[in-house]
Amino acid sequence: MTEQFISSPHKHDGSSVSVMMFRVCLALLPGLLAYVWFFGAGILIQCMLAVGFAIAIEYLMLKMRKRPVELFLKDGSAIVTGLLFALCLSPFTNWWITLSGIAFAIIIAKHLYGGLGYNPFNPAMAGYVFVLLCFPAQMNSWPASPEVANTSPALSDYISIIFSNGDSSLDALSGATALSQMKSQLGMMNMVSEIRIEPMFGHFAGAGWEWISIGFMLGGIGLLVLRVIKWQIPLAVLISMLGISMIFNTYDSDVYASPLFHLCSGGTLLCAFFIATDPVTASTTPFGRLLYGCLIGVLAYIIRCWGAYPDGIAFAVLLANACVPVIDHYTRPKVVGEVGS
Amino acid sequence: MTRELHSFPGGLQMPTFKTLSDQEMSILHPLPERLILPLQQHIGIPSQPCVSIGDKVLKGQTIARAFGYVSVPMHASTSGKIIDIGDYPVPHPSELKAPCIVIESDGEDKLFDIRPTNEYASVDPKELQDVIRECGIIGLGGAGFPAHVKLNEGVENAVDTLIINGVECEPYITCDDRLIQEKASYVVAGTRMIRHAVQAKHCVIAVEEDMPAAYAELEKLIDDDIELVKVPTRYPAGGEKQLIQVLTGKEVPSGGLPIHAGIVMHNVATAAAVFRAVTRGEPVISRYVTVTGLVEKSRNLQVLLGTTVKDCIKACNFEADENCRVILGGPMMGMHVTNPDVPVIKTTNCILVQENIPRLPEMPCIRCGNCVDVCPVNLLPQQLYWFAKTDNTEASQRHHIFDCIECGCCSYVCPSNIPLVQYYRYGKSQIAAEERRRDGADHASARFAARNERLQKDEREKQSVKEEKRIANQKEDKQSYINAAVERSKAKRALNKKTLEDTNKDD
Amino acid sequence: MEQGAFIIVIPMIACLLAWLMMPFDFRTNTTLRKRALVERLNALLPQTQCGKCSYDGCQPYAEAIASGKADINNCPPGGDETIRNISTLLGRDMKKLESEHEQQLQQHVVLIDEQICIGCVKCINACPVDAIIGAAKQMHTVISKACTGCELCIAPCPVDCISLVPVNVEIKKWVWTKPQPEFEVST
Repeated sequence: MTEQFISSPHKHDGSSVSVMMFRVCLALLPGLLAYVWFFGAGILIQCMLAVGFAIAIEYLMLKMRKRPVELFLKDGSAIVTGLLFALCLSPFTNWWITLSGIAFAIIIAKHLYGGLGYNPFNPAMAGYVFVLLCFPAQMNSWPASPEVANTSPALSDYISIIFSNGDSSLDALSGATALSQMKSQLGMMNMVSEIRIEPMFGHFAGAGWEWISIGFMLGGIGLLVLRVIKWQIPLAVLISMLGISMIFNTYDSDVYASPLFHLCSGGTLLCAFFIATDPVTASTTPFGRLLYGCLIGVLAYIIRCWGAYPDGIAFAVLLANACVPVIDHYTRPKVVGEVGS
Repeated sequence: MTRELHSFPGGLQMPTFKTLSDQEMSILHPLPERLILPLQQHIGIPSQPCVSIGDKVLKGQTIARAFGYVSVPMHASTSGKIIDIGDYPVPHPSELKAPCIVIESDGEDKLFDIRPTNEYASVDPKELQDVIRECGIIGLGGAGFPAHVKLNEGVENAVDTLIINGVECEPYITCDDRLIQEKASYVVAGTRMIRHAVQAKHCVIAVEEDMPAAYAELEKLIDDDIELVKVPTRYPAGGEKQLIQVLTGKEVPSGGLPIHAGIVMHNVATAAAVFRAVTRGEPVISRYVTVTGLVEKSRNLQVLLGTTVKDCIKACNFEADENCRVILGGPMMGMHVTNPDVPVIKTTNCILVQENIPRLPEMPCIRCGNCVDVCPVNLLPQQLYWFAKTDNTEASQRHHIFDCIECGCCSYVCPSNIPLVQYYRYGKSQIAAEERRRDGADHASARFAARNERLQKDEREKQSVKEEKRIANQKEDKQSYINAAVERSKAKRALNKKTLEDTNKDD
Repeated sequence: MEQGAFIIVIPMIACLLAWLMMPFDFRTNTTLRKRALVERLNALLPQTQCGKCSYDGCQPYAEAIASGKADINNCPPGGDETIRNISTLLGRDMKKLESEHEQQLQQHVVLIDEQICIGCVKCINACPVDAIIGAAKQMHTVISKACTGCELCIAPCPVDCISLVPVNVEIKKWVWTKPQPEFEVST
């Protein structure tokens, strides 16, 4: 007979935070593989760097905050933050930018708010927005589309660019992303149909990038099936993004790109399935999740079309995070048997 | 006629482990030497002992009387001698001792003179309720609410549907299943009696889909007067509010009772007990208990109330050691007992022996919302957790903490391994304690105010008495002064007169 | 034209947001504002009327806090919980209890040893809540339901027959323990 009284229930389904996080990492694989296929192994180096930094900083912070280190390192949340952060960066990003972004994400956005479960803002996005605002030039050199550059950069190119300071080979290898190209060309009064015939664009969006996005979507659907993430958020993000882009596209298809272009370019799909669904910072009521997802989709579109940055996903997520307490407060489901309001 | 079934939110599909014990015929547990009978086995006011130490009692004799309306009497489970009336360990999460009557069995198991009530159909429902109360019948499904209170609701309100609950939704437990299989006629006859007692328009017996044998037994016995319904297997479909929702689509109002939706619900075991009480005058002194889990021979026992849990486990060829966790009830809502000497009481439906796997460390809530998806009453468990943790009683109540049925679904799916139900229980008991404290404080401040007022009044009275006296004294002085003066002048006058007379005489 | 629209729309959005945020700020709750501060403070005090705060009872102490004459941390029976509640109410920092008396974690009541009691009425006069009954030269006894455990009756007793006993935890009044997660314990 055991001495210590234990409250019911005496069974558990065996789920754990680490299993959830591990599944999220696995689900990133299809997109990651596509990334490597089109643009070489540079992203893997970036991921390893970010994850390594994330774990190291997490360890330091746990030590400093006198929290059980093993328990919290095992939960895998730092790994997921590192991976998502790395996937938002260009694979050419210098290592110290990665480090500073991760440091901001883990120290300020996560641990200063109380660590796992207490952060109101998505750490990966907070870190990304931090480096995006601080080092805009560095953040805008992306690998050129395979259609444009003929070859994808070799691993050695990546290593030399990531670990050197201002490598000259960078200019030869880099190009604009589909979203920034679209934005700058539209700014020059070109029409969408004219811009789209450039070789850097593929079937729906940027050549190569569109398949990476679809890879992320496949992984995300896997997460949905495993019930790691809730269906409301991805659905709402995608529907709202589709809806608003469709409205403007029908209104003037020369100035506003097609819904499919918006869906498959930039971080839309990665965000819909992996970033917006971060449970800690998302709304937790079923209806609230729909609202939260819609907010992200709409805000991201607004920032893309009228904002100063080519992609607005990260900003949209942070802004929606800020709205979560209000959304949760007003979307509490009616309790069974509740009378009146 | 088939009833249209509805659904309730949330819930869980999980392995049921019922086959461990549902094929096995139940056996009578041998008469133990000593029986410990807690005075409170029901919700409400504890019974009051009406025997004293040393008294000889017979099986079925009343040994404690009901005290107040929400209370039932208690009966001796066997014949023997009362050897103690005092505090013993009882099945309660506090692990505190509570008043019990202890009977030493004389081994004869001699029956007290009990009288049946003939022809229940001709008896007034009110009278039937009294019979049921006198036999100590309470909700045998686990809640332990005195049955006559629920029946009385039926007399005072129009009852649309009487539901007899045979939906044993918790894994492992098969005592109702076995009871129906073995005593289906009792259940059906008891159902008709309860129906008469509450004068219900419709009557439904509900069993779970995975109880085909019990369903078949009942089907043989019922006529058109009773509907027999199979409910899909999903935890917690057997919860009172959930079953009502499944069968009728109605929601029991928050903080209300089923009768507020025109429904009375009783457990199948209660129905069988009613049958025994009415036809034979037999009180509740034994019950079906499933003993299952790690035990060698999982089966149902017919146990006399007051038998210790240890005895029951032993009867299934098992000795619980420190690697076991003994649970009274099912794995989802059952109560962990650390002392194997606690007795089986009227509400003990199952003794589950589990391996004692330590709980994984609790992690912070990551707000994943899995708990929201499984909550059968649409609560926001992650918010309630937060409020309970921070002792925010006001916010807990605003988020309907008292609508939580403690089914355990949220804890079951929590990836952070948070003992959510314990947080809610803490929160609820904390709110109750705060209310008591506030009542006590109000009481004290009222008494303090009353005393101050009284002291002031005393003081005032004292003052006024003094004042009166002073004035009275002063008055007296004046009067006497006047009197004296009058006296003096009188005397003078008299003297003068006398002198005058004397002078006249002399003249 | 566009600017004009912004001038109207932005304040409207701001007002809407402010209105949505209302329930998050208890200070805007009008029902609470209406009640007098003293009354609210008094409601937070334990009402033992023990005078350990150096005032004659809970109400006078509440008045003293409200008028700034007394600090918030002088109530030993209320302890940390009361101090926390008052600090939240007044928007002040949490403080440690400051008193010559110790904080009582368990509720106590007094008990009169009826064998020794000589019936001197001194304790009856000392009790702030009239929880002792008896008359001169008659044995006294405590109504334990009404006793607040203030200890004011103990000192006046000439024969030392009054003792403080902890109130037994009954099953009905038992409170579940709050789980203490490992991650909150500093290593």
